[in-house]
Formats: sequence, C-alpha cells, structure tokens
Amino acid sequence: MLIVLTVITVLVGALLGYVYGITAEPIAQAKKLKQENAVKDVTPAFDNSPIDEQYTVTVNGMELKVFPATKEGEKVGAAVESKTKNGFGGEVVIMVGFEADGTIRNYRVLSHAETPGLGSKMEEWFRTERGSQSVLGKHPAKDNLTVKKDGGSVDAITAATISSRAFLDVIANAYTAYTNNNCDGATGATQQEKEADHE
Amino acid sequence: MNKLKIILNGIITENPTFVLLLGMCPTLGTTSSAINGLGMGLATMFVLICSNAVIALIKNLIPDKVRIPSFIVVIAAFVTILQMCMEAYVPALYESLGLFIPLIVVNCIVLGRAESFAAKHNAFDSMLDGVGCGLGFTIALTLLGSVRELLGTGKIFNTAIFPEHFGALVFVLAPGAFIALGYLIVIVNKLKTK
Repeated sequence: MLIVLTVITVLVGALLGYVYGITAEPIAQAKKLKQENAVKDVTPAFDNSPIDEQYTVTVNGMELKVFPATKEGEKVGAAVESKTKNGFGGEVVIMVGFEADGTIRNYRVLSHAETPGLGSKMEEWFRTERGSQSVLGKHPAKDNLTVKKDGGSVDAITAATISSRAFLDVIANAYTAYTNNNCDGATGATQQEKEADHE
Repeated sequence: MNKLKIILNGIITENPTFVLLLGMCPTLGTTSSAINGLGMGLATMFVLICSNAVIALIKNLIPDKVRIPSFIVVIAAFVTILQMCMEAYVPALYESLGLFIPLIVVNCIVLGRAESFAAKHNAFDSMLDGVGCGLGFTIALTLLGSVRELLGTGKIFNTAIFPEHFGALVFVLAPGAFIALGYLIVIVNKLKTK
C-alpha cells in the first residue's frame, strides 16, 4: 500500500519535472514577449533595449519597474509597469507609457480582477475621445487626473467609480516612479516634439 | 456496451452539467464568454481522457485503501502538465481562465468518472468515456458561455450580433450564470422528456 503510493508519486514527480524542463523556456519567452510588446505599444519609438535597462522604483511600498526608452542616446520617454492594490477586485497592473516630458502617451492593462463589463472596460474607456474620458495626451502634474466625483477632470467609467479611481491611482504611481529618476535636465529639450504623436 | 453508446452516454444521458449537475464551480465561473467556456471544456476533456486511461491501466495495481489518493495524484499530474503547456503555448487563454485551470483537479466530474467508470472498465473504453463526458461538458459550457455572452454583450465568440448597449450586463456577472444555467437545464429536460 505504502509502496504503491510512493511509486506513483515518484513517477508522477519525475514526469512533471520532465514537462517543466520542456515548457520552462517557452513560458519565459511568452512572458518576455508580452512585456516587450506592452513596452513597445506605449512608448515613443526607441532604439535601445528598455527591457535590459529597466530599474525599479519603490512607490507607496510597491516596487514598480521602469523601462527607459532612448533614441540616438536621447531620452524619448519611458514605460512604467505600475500597479495599485485599490482596485474593486484587488490588484490592477498597467503598463503606462510617458513622453519625455511626462505626458501620458499610451497604456496597456496587463492584469486586473475588476468586474467584467464594468471595471474591465478600463482598457478601452480611458483612451476613447468622448467627453473627458481620455487620459492620453494629459499630463499627471498639470491636468487634475482624478475622477469628477472627487473634483478631478476625468469621466469615471459608468457604474465603476472604484475601478476608475484605481486606474488613475495606477497612473499617478507610474508618474511618481517616472519622475523620481528623471531629473537629468533632458526634459526641456524634447518638450516641443510631443504634440505630433497624438491624434 | 458498444463504443458509440459510451460516448453518447457522456454527452446526453449523463451529461455532466445538465443532468448530473457536477462541476458547477468552473461551469458558473468561466462561462462569461463562449471562448472561455470552450477553452475550459477542452481543458477538462484533455484531463478526463488522460486520467481515465491511466487509471484504467493501473487500477489492478492499486490497493483499495489508497485508491482515492492515487487517483488524485494521477489527475493532479495531468492538470499540472496541462497548466504548464497552456502557459507556454496559449498564454492568452491561460490568463483568461486563470485560477480555474488548477481547480480542474477538484472538479468532481474527473474524480467521479475515475471512480465510477475507469476503475471498472478497460483502458480503451475509459478513454471513450473521457471523450464522451469531456464533449458533454464542453458543449454545455460553450452553450452557456454563448448564451451569457449574447445576452450580456450582444456578441458570440467576439462577433457582434446586436449593439453592446442593448445587452443585460447581469448575464456576464455571477447571478446571470445561475439564471442562464437554470433555464438551459429546463430546456434540456423539456427536450429529453418529449
């Protein structure tokens, strides 16, 4: 009885180890590809490798990853893998892309546990040009990026104010992480170029 | 029992979702869209076929006292393999099903079929039973997912049927899962008694 169960578990363990060996590489690649695509989506065109040059910044006790983007040696912006724990369903992780001067260029929701059909609309909602929904082209320090219910300038998702707050919280954290290590004086020079990128 | 009958048994007579009402947790949890229901159904089918076959092969070697633990180890092994393969090759589906993949281990259909069928029949018949039950489960979940997606968002498999704002959001949420499942069971029962 004992021997049979032991033999079964040992065999199964060996099998799982074997499969893990086969799939470890593709899993790591799939994760890296996803991260690379997210970075590429949200940052201005770059010619360095943001993934290799990433660094972490601690904001509100959370470690956020910053992927700096440079072109011909000059800083053009960055992507920040930012998060908050204040979502309706817990953690919300979003890749936020900034222009060199801190304007929000684009974002991509990486993971969330918000209510389907309500809070889960955030991927589309905050990039849609309708009323004052969109946060693209806004600047976290200059525009008041909180929901209107809290006296801000952004339309919250209908019936999902908590998710909307969480989203804007993520943006604010991302901006903090971005500016913390952005005091190199390069921002002034690239200020004029930012307009062209938005529709 | 002939081979076709074994398969049809799992799809119609003993359909895990509509007749036996087994595995309600993934049924209600993952069917917010048709594609999720289909993915979950196929994942469970894979585990059912593999575990049924292996259990039928080793059933004579296992003493009665450790039967259940051994079955669960075998099932868990296949679920873990499936989980790793899905994460590696279909990461998008893996993410949308999330926690429900490892939970296949405790899906009572899988252990139920191992106990009630695989432990008494040969490996080939057990595989067919896995196919049948798996298909029954997949069809049920896809149907439920389609109904919920259609009523909730006006789409089926992401293809728009009517504009989204006519959809009743409740069907995408948990209460809609119960309502839709209840009515589907009513319809299935009605059709069966005729």
